[in-house]
Parts: sequence; structure tokens; C-alpha cells
Amino acid sequence: MTRATRRKAYGVKSAPYVFLVPATALFLLFFALPIGYALYLSFRRTEVSGLGLGKGARTEIWAGLANYTEALSDSELLHGALRILGYGAIVVPVMLGLALLFALLLDTERLRLRGFTRLAIFLPYAIPGVVAALMWGFLYLPDVSPFYFLLDKAGLPQPGLLDGGPLYLALANIAVWGGTGFNMIVIYTSLRAIPAEIFEAARLDGCSQWQIALRIKIPMVAPSLVLTFFFSIIATLQVFNEPTTLKPLTNSLSSTWSPLMKVYQDAFVNNDIYAAAAQAVIIAVATLTLSFGFLKAANSRTKQGDHQ
Amino acid sequence: MTTQLVRPLPTAPRRFALVPTAALLLGALYCLLPVAWVLVASTKSGSELFSTFTFLPGTGFADNVSELSAYRDGVYWKWMVNSAFYAGAGALLSTAVSAISGYALAVYRFRGKESIFNILLAGVLMPPVILAVPQYLLLAKADLTDSYLSVLLPVILSPYGVYLARIYAAAAVPGDVIEAGRMDGGSEWRIFRTIALPMMLPGLVTVFLFQFVAIWNNFLLPYIMLGDDEKFPVTLGLYTLLQQGSTTPALYTLVITGALLAIVPLIALFLVIQRFWSLDLLSGAVKS
Repeated sequence: MTRATRRKAYGVKSAPYVFLVPATALFLLFFALPIGYALYLSFRRTEVSGLGLGKGARTEIWAGLANYTEALSDSELLHGALRILGYGAIVVPVMLGLALLFALLLDTERLRLRGFTRLAIFLPYAIPGVVAALMWGFLYLPDVSPFYFLLDKAGLPQPGLLDGGPLYLALANIAVWGGTGFNMIVIYTSLRAIPAEIFEAARLDGCSQWQIALRIKIPMVAPSLVLTFFFSIIATLQVFNEPTTLKPLTNSLSSTWSPLMKVYQDAFVNNDIYAAAAQAVIIAVATLTLSFGFLKAANSRTKQGDHQ
Repeated sequence: MTTQLVRPLPTAPRRFALVPTAALLLGALYCLLPVAWVLVASTKSGSELFSTFTFLPGTGFADNVSELSAYRDGVYWKWMVNSAFYAGAGALLSTAVSAISGYALAVYRFRGKESIFNILLAGVLMPPVILAVPQYLLLAKADLTDSYLSVLLPVILSPYGVYLARIYAAAAVPGDVIEAGRMDGGSEWRIFRTIALPMMLPGLVTVFLFQFVAIWNNFLLPYIMLGDDEKFPVTLGLYTLLQQGSTTPALYTLVITGALLAIVPLIALFLVIQRFWSLDLLSGAVKS
């Protein structure tokens, strides 16, 4: 081996590691270190000696699992989790149902305005969650909303959209509005990838459009449905922007409405970063468990299908 | 004339799919409704907003814009510039890091490759708050909170961007081309820069756009990191404006006008570049 080839072989060997330096450094600094620090903080608490005044009166000590037991028995956090469950039970099926329906409709023949409707339904993806919540918030406000105006003119009762049960619908609507188009595009793109001969064969066998959609198209886009479902669950568990934005418009949205809002509240308003860290860790573990559990279930189902 | 009657007439419903078209139009209407409303509402003066029918245009658009521009010495435009900076610089850096990492993970075989990839990918699943709270505390120790960097640095590494770049590099850069580059004596860096990068470019446009939209829409990170509203992105700025508006309804017209102006650049960007998006990347990713 000449020196030149040896140097080159060495270059090839080390190149991927060199190329991965920026990503690894950023990962360590902004992912691994914060996660480790959050874990560390979650096992700590401050102890106040004396009146808690002056320097050294507050010391940080080991707390064991105290923050965790406290977080798990915290009714506010539990209620937040239940609220998210209710909210997600509306958002995920409605959003993905609509996305699948629109994708199938876009894929039908002799459709008019395909480009326009596809673009219009995808458009909300480009609009920040805060701005979306703000726009819908005004549409929910009786004083400025066109819906209330029409209900008023028709002499119909006007429901309070920002209280009680309807509040869930109001919030869910914002998420559905913002997310349907993106998921529709993901599903539509994989529908376009199905070879046309399959449909041709099905039509010759006498399948109707409905049967083709139900028996061929939907099973063939199942992987995209799994992916969109997965992303929707993660997004639902992390909902923060929309309820936070709507909060100034109604009294029914507490500052701890969702678990993430509770973490924010504890960390930055109540200044209890230790409790906040423990809660954040619990939410992260719940998210990971749910996502991996879901992926595993989806995988084993696909495998079963393969054996048939 | 008679032949025309004998010939089977093409029936109107068969000419185009009426029901699917109508259903999709309904969906489009639903998606455009709030945008249309904000467009109309921004033309109304403060008193018109609460007194006239909501879809009736008002007379105050110019006044609203100049009032918004005058608000706190034009802080609104500062927010817009900040957003453009965070999203532009952030997405550019993020795309660069994704490109080189995705390329390394796609074309080389080396020890620890899959573990590095999986660990990076797990970052997608991390709730932003579990990162943001300790990120804030750590950046506070480095005296970096409330700075442009505190909002920019944490968004540069995008696990999703690395994932997309890897798939795109694997699909777009053939192994023999890299081999040929090596035969010609090119260094690994030179091969990446002059041969692979141009091939990956269409995919990288997608990565850039995803990141641009994600950072422009970001709220939690600046909400936690920033205190000085001169450094706010427009999402956070509008949020604080709305918060004040709940006690001073006169600010509502400013919030509405601000919301409209904030989505104009994004919609424009979206319309111009939506044709370049390679969204098949997403479903291609699912199948592999």
C-alpha cells in the first residue's frame, strides 16, 4: 500500500465521523445535556433554612422520588392529561378521517379544480398555530363572529363556544383545521405512487370506485396512515400554543389546561423547576411509551397481514 | 337533428365528478374561511369591528396598518424582521447540518452508524418542553438567555431534517459516482461538496422549507427564552398584543391586522414554492 492510498483509506474511514461532528455536538449540547439536566433536577429540591432570607439560606438537596410521587398524585396534572385525552379523541380521528377522505377524493377521476382545492386545504399548514388560534378565537367571540351574527339574525340560541364541552370542540377545530391538509398531502402522495394497472385490473373485475377505494387504496396507503397517526398523537400530547393563545379570550381555559402548560406554569411562574422537571420527564416517558407501543402494534399488524 | 336525438347523450354528471368536487370545495371553503375573515376584518376600524356584519369590508385598512406601524415605534415590523431572521438563518443552518449528516449516514458504512442515527431520531419524540426548560436553565448559566442565539441555536439540529436528508441522499446519490470521484483523487469533502450536494439539492429544498415553516411557527422556545420584546418573533409579539387586547379591546384591530400581515409572507412563500416541494419524500420514507 502506497502512502497516498493509505492516507486516502484513512480519509474515507474518518470522513463520516468528521461529517457527523456538527450534528453530534449540537445533539450533546441541546438534546442530551438538557435531558440529563432535567433528569438530575427532577431528583432535587431546595431546602430553606431559617427564614429563607439571605445567601445560603436556600440549598439544593437530593429529593429522591419525592417530585415524582408529588407529580403523579397532583390532580391538576391528572386533569390536564384527561383533558388532552378528550381533546385527542376528537382531533385525531376527525383530522385523519378528513385527510383520508380528501386524499381519496383528490385521487378520483374527472375531478374539477383539483389543484385549487388541494392547495386551499393544504394552506393552513403554512399558518402558525398562534395565528390560527387567534383567527379562530375571534370567530368564536360573540361580538365579532359571523356565526353568532347569523344565529342572531335567525333568532337561534347562541352557544358559548369557549366554555365547557364546546371548548374542546373549539380547540379541536383549530388543530383539525391546521393539520388536515398536511396529512392529506402525505396520504395523497402515497396514493399517487400506486401503479395504475392495479386499478385497471380491479375495474375489469367489476369493482366500483367505492370498492377500489375501500379494498385497494386504503390498505395500500396503510403505512402513511400509520405515520400520520403517529405524528398526530405526538402533536396532541404536546399541545401548548393554541390553548395558550386562546386563554386571554376566555376564563374557562386555566393556565394549567394541558400538561405542558402546567410544566411551564411550575417552571416559570411558580419557580419550582424541580417539580416541573419531574413532570416533564413523566410526560416524555408517557409520550415515548405511547409512540413505541403504537409503532409496535402497527408493525405486528402489518406482519400478520403479510402471513396471510 | 334526429341523429342527435338517437345518439346516446353524454349525461352531465358523467362529464366530471360532481360529488367529489363539491366535497373538496367544501373542504377548501372551511380552510379559507378564517383567512378570508381576517382579510375582511383587517379593513375595519375599531368601531366597525363590533358593529357591522363581519363579512362586510370596512374603511379602515390603511389606518389600521399605519396604527400598527406606529405602535411602540414600529415594534411590529421588528418582530417580522426577527421572524425572518430566526426562520431564514435557522433553516439555512439546519439544512446544512442535515445535509452533511444525512449524506454521511447514507453513503458510508462505519461502526455505530445505526446507533447514531437512532439516537438522533429519538430527538423527534422528545416533547419540546422537556428540552426547553433545561435548555433555558443551561443557557441562563452561559448567560445566553434573552438573546437571538438562545432562539437560534436549539433549532439548528433537526432530527427530522437529518432523517429526510439521509433518505434523499440514499436515493439521489449513486455509489458509483462517489467511487468515481475517489478514483479521480477527490477528497471526501470535495466529493460531498461538488458531486453529492448538487444531486441532493431538490431534497434539501424540502428540508429547508419544512424547517423554515417550523421555525416561523415556533412559539414555545421564544416564549421561554425571551424577555425583551424587541427580540420577539411575530408569533410571540402577536400573542402579547392579544393578551393586552383582552383588557384594551381597541388593540383588537391591531391584532387582526397584525395577524393578516404575518401570514402574507408565508402564504406568498407557500404559493411560490409549493411546486418545488418533493413531498413524495415523505411517503417514500414510509415505504422504505
